Amino acid sequence: MTWLTWRQFRVQFLVVASVILATAVVLAVTGPNLLDDYHRLTDNFIANLGFKRLNPLLYRVGQVLLYAAPPVIGAFWGAPLIARELETGTYRLVWSQSISRRRWLATKVGLTGLAAVAITGLLSFAVTWWSDPIDDAINAGQDSNTYLPRMFPPTFSARGLVPVGYAAFAFALGVAVGLVVRRTLVALAITLAAVILIQIITPSFIRPHLLAPTDQYLVATSENIRGFMLSGPDSNPEVRQIEVASGSVGAWKLYDRTVDKSGNVVDTLPNWTMQCAPGPPPGLQKQQQPATSPERDACFQRLADEGYRQHVKYFTADKFWALQWREFGFFVLLALLLTGFSFWRIRRDLS
Amino acid sequence: MTAVLNAQGLGKKYGRRWALTDCDLEVPAGHVVGLVGPNGAGKSTLLNMAVGMLTPTTGSVDVLGAPAGTQQAKVGYVAQDTPTYARLSVADHLKLGARLNPAWDESLAQQRIQHLELDPKQRAGKLSGGQRAQLALTLGLAKRPELLILDEPVAPLDPLARREFLQDLMEAVAEQEFSVVLSSHLVSDVERSCDYLIVLVGSRVQVSGEIDTLLATHFRITGPRRDRKDLPQDQHVVTESHTDRQSTYLIRTDRPILDPAWNVTQLTLEDLVLAYMGRDVRPERPVLEVQR
Repeated sequence: MTWLTWRQFRVQFLVVASVILATAVVLAVTGPNLLDDYHRLTDNFIANLGFKRLNPLLYRVGQVLLYAAPPVIGAFWGAPLIARELETGTYRLVWSQSISRRRWLATKVGLTGLAAVAITGLLSFAVTWWSDPIDDAINAGQDSNTYLPRMFPPTFSARGLVPVGYAAFAFALGVAVGLVVRRTLVALAITLAAVILIQIITPSFIRPHLLAPTDQYLVATSENIRGFMLSGPDSNPEVRQIEVASGSVGAWKLYDRTVDKSGNVVDTLPNWTMQCAPGPPPGLQKQQQPATSPERDACFQRLADEGYRQHVKYFTADKFWALQWREFGFFVLLALLLTGFSFWRIRRDLS
Repeated sequence: MTAVLNAQGLGKKYGRRWALTDCDLEVPAGHVVGLVGPNGAGKSTLLNMAVGMLTPTTGSVDVLGAPAGTQQAKVGYVAQDTPTYARLSVADHLKLGARLNPAWDESLAQQRIQHLELDPKQRAGKLSGGQRAQLALTLGLAKRPELLILDEPVAPLDPLARREFLQDLMEAVAEQEFSVVLSSHLVSDVERSCDYLIVLVGSRVQVSGEIDTLLATHFRITGPRRDRKDLPQDQHVVTESHTDRQSTYLIRTDRPILDPAWNVTQLTLEDLVLAYMGRDVRPERPVLEVQR
């Protein structure tokens, strides 16, 4: 059965594996140089990164591949695994050999699933290791418009264990969907769409619930203010929300709302808070106001005096691995449940 | 000797439709059994339950003395349309058989491939229908089963390939002495190769038994018009037709027909099968079984 599994799977495997192996090799070759730069340039590391064009490119390639691997594996390894046998009727050939359906399924799912986890694990390890100097520098407070802290959703899903969990889930989903819809192409499309959707919604709907975030009330000041959300006409805008920095470098902020002195969430702030804005609303004045001014300081003082606070929730940078493990575990659990379903389904009538 | 196939009250329902109902069968070992019936009669359903691909809705079916599907190594199965892996070569298929069957007979498989003049490197997807069927049969035979079940194996083949396939099957049976159950919607396939017959119509078994016995106990009798009530008790009517003056019955009886008024003729197998296929199938009708 091992031989048959490999014989049927080898083309798909080699296509995906060669791309990933090639990437891993390039990362392994260029990684040591990047680490050298990190030690040599210290605080200027990120600022100088752009001068070698290869590095930003590799950073992106690694990220893109780690996002692409789970849907591709789910759709091209998982979905056809059983669906193609059902579609072409070959399951009747293989099931009439001296092997039980469950062993047949166990071998196919076991070996292919293992390959999915191993190959994604290799890529994720390579990317995480290669990007480590950049992630470290960003978390140490070096400024960048290109690179995001690894706690931020776009980076988080392309580091460590999470892509491996996604790949296991995507593969198990593909197998189960293929078993239910029995059409290779349909199963492939459904799996592709479902996995991409899951990747999109996970940061907003699943990740925040995996771990208790740091919960804080902060006073807005001219230093920590990060943004104003305005609505209404330019001449007389309303201040809907204020955003502040959490004060923790590299943290991912989930929630940031203004509350009044009794602790209720404020939907619209008083109009005088316009004075706290870092610059004029676009179109009112051409000239940039200085970062601090007496009116501005007074505005923040009044905000504090009247008891307005910012309620913020965030994951600090040091929660990275705890959150990685939780999310990995969550998706591995889903993968196991889906696989359990497939084993239950295979025992029932198919024709 | 245990029965190769023993069904008790076997039935299968798809949604609201019964594909097979109240099937009682006991097929002794050592026969080549022809399962005949029109398309959609439930032949595939019966065979699929016998190999464990489908689970019965009612009743049970034992194969070689054990519940269906529990003795996979002893039961060979060539499924309908003889599926093969289109992208795998002939040699790959033999390797598959060798890897997945403990009693695999490699020399038999190789001999057959040579005899059939199949190119081992050829992909199964590029074989003709006849060659594909032969490849599937090779897998079934080299498994060295005690019972080989074939579901409409020759249906898609042209007459020549059909004959060759059945001839090969019969040669293998003669050499290896295993039991065979094969289904077909054509009587001629069965006539050529089988010594035991099961007629399945409208999801019910109409008649089953050794072909010689069936032919020796079924007659067409023609004579002056007479009502079926007036026939002797031991003469079971299969079909009847009447004109103003004349009656024609197709009957089954174990006793000699003594009434000199009847003109008695023997039946061919085709007559017999068509008679059972042609009659209207009423659900209440009891299933006829030939005594052994």
